[in-house]
Amino acid sequence: MSDAAYKRVRIARNNDRPTGLDYIRHIFKGFIEFHGDRRYADDPAIVGGIARLEGSPVTVIAIEKGHTAKERTWRNFGAPNPEGYRKALRLMEQAEKFGRPVICFIDTSGAYCGIGAEERGQGQAIAENLMVMSTLCVPVISILIGEGGSGGALALAVADRVWMLQNAVYSVISPEGCASILWKDSAKAETAAASLKLTAEDARNLGVIEKILSEKEIGEKAFYERIRGLLKEELEVLARDAELVGKRYDRFRKIGAAAVMKESV
Amino acid sequence: MALLNFMKPMNELEEGGRTSAPVQRDAGEPEKKCPNCHKEIPLSRLWANDLVCACGYHFRMKARQRIQMIADKDSFRELFSGMHSDNPLNFPGYREKIETVRAASGEKEAIVCGTAMIGNQRCCLFVMESYFMMGSMGSAVGEKITSLFEYAVQYRLPVVGFTVSGGARMQEGLLSLMQMAKTSAAVKRHSDAGLLYIAVLTDPTTGGVTASFAMEADIILAEPGATVGFAGARVIEQTTKKPLPEGFQTAEFVLEHGFVDSIVPRSAQKQYLADILQMHDGRAV
Ligand SMILES: [Zn+2]
Repeated sequence: MSDAAYKRVRIARNNDRPTGLDYIRHIFKGFIEFHGDRRYADDPAIVGGIARLEGSPVTVIAIEKGHTAKERTWRNFGAPNPEGYRKALRLMEQAEKFGRPVICFIDTSGAYCGIGAEERGQGQAIAENLMVMSTLCVPVISILIGEGGSGGALALAVADRVWMLQNAVYSVISPEGCASILWKDSAKAETAAASLKLTAEDARNLGVIEKILSEKEIGEKAFYERIRGLLKEELEVLARDAELVGKRYDRFRKIGAAAVMKESV
Repeated sequence: MALLNFMKPMNELEEGGRTSAPVQRDAGEPEKKCPNCHKEIPLSRLWANDLVCACGYHFRMKARQRIQMIADKDSFRELFSGMHSDNPLNFPGYREKIETVRAASGEKEAIVCGTAMIGNQRCCLFVMESYFMMGSMGSAVGEKITSLFEYAVQYRLPVVGFTVSGGARMQEGLLSLMQMAKTSAAVKRHSDAGLLYIAVLTDPTTGGVTASFAMEADIILAEPGATVGFAGARVIEQTTKKPLPEGFQTAEFVLEHGFVDSIVPRSAQKQYLADILQMHDGRAV
């Protein structure tokens, strides 16, 4: 089996890729960061706040892995705890109150698998985001910029438009995890990566994302300018749409329906 | 029949098959060892007691047996029974696996949906099936849950759901992951319509099901001793390199941490559900 999919996984995980905050700083102007979920703590793995996109205020939220070893440790390598998802939800509800669009940048191997995370309801936190995001009445665009690790990524991706960087991956489970569960052999990760259909092209073919963003000049000025232009253009379309919430429902409603066989009984 | 193989407690309990009716047994009947009190219990006694040991240990239960236990006699009408997953990603080994599981379980998919009366209260009912790939959620499970909540909105019915799941079904990749969003959106519509949803978490409720419709109910109940969590215990141990606390991720643990409303033993569930449903039917008594 081809190892092309697993190569993408390696690229998506590369520490040298731009992280969430790089996108925020280069695409928007005047970013003001807001902290905390008002319930327990501030999670450094998720950053959020308000900024201007070509003049208009937007709410921006990003999963942040960090660059230096010290920062990466502090940010828990971009694996959010429940308070991170709750902070994101708080900021999204605030965006709804003030009529601002929401833009999310996603890059995580997954929601953190820790004792405290379970004690504080990791599953409940993700579930609540999925529910509330499905009816947010402001436009939501989510961009997977690196790893899209399962429910921990989806918790910021119940959006009107979901885009992926060309080398980002989006998967229900890590290829290593899949290989070790199914074949008791994590070395079969390459086969798992190919089978899971986790590349940007796969995701588009499955109807899970709308757009693949080229990585030409990644990290350079032109790269961020291109994304800024695409966001502005798409937000103008979404802002005019009176059926936004209904269409978001339908967007997810149809996914997988074709995979279901319906026998008359 | 293997009697002491309690590492796989499901096998001996499959006897009821699709109808899941308690089966009368011959003399010298098989027994099952309780993993909690270690006593040997005659299977007929277990069946008669809804698969609960005298010590209170709750064995896993087939979906249709549970429906028989919880729904008023002959009131269950199945919906969407023809829906099942194909192999949309052409995932290696999936078709063979699912055919084997279908033959062994008598079910087409990992969930049974329908309408029922519980204590004379009409509701939509779903019960996940642990005997079918450990209740994993693929496209068909997501489609059936979503369709059931939409049906409940259309007919203004409450939903009662019994969850049991190892999480999203990895053989359907991203399509499985997206069912978390799809079912959550359907639950939200049902909730926004002012309708009641009660979830009963049974052993085990984990992964993508915990992180979607299991944790989205108005009222969340759990069976005693059930494993309830997001990440697998082994994964957490490997990630944190710390020993897990006693009773970690049990129903009692999630109750203590504020994520379920109550733990209700099997014998009390029907009356408990009927009482809650009645309190929400809009009529004074
Ligand atoms: Zn016992």
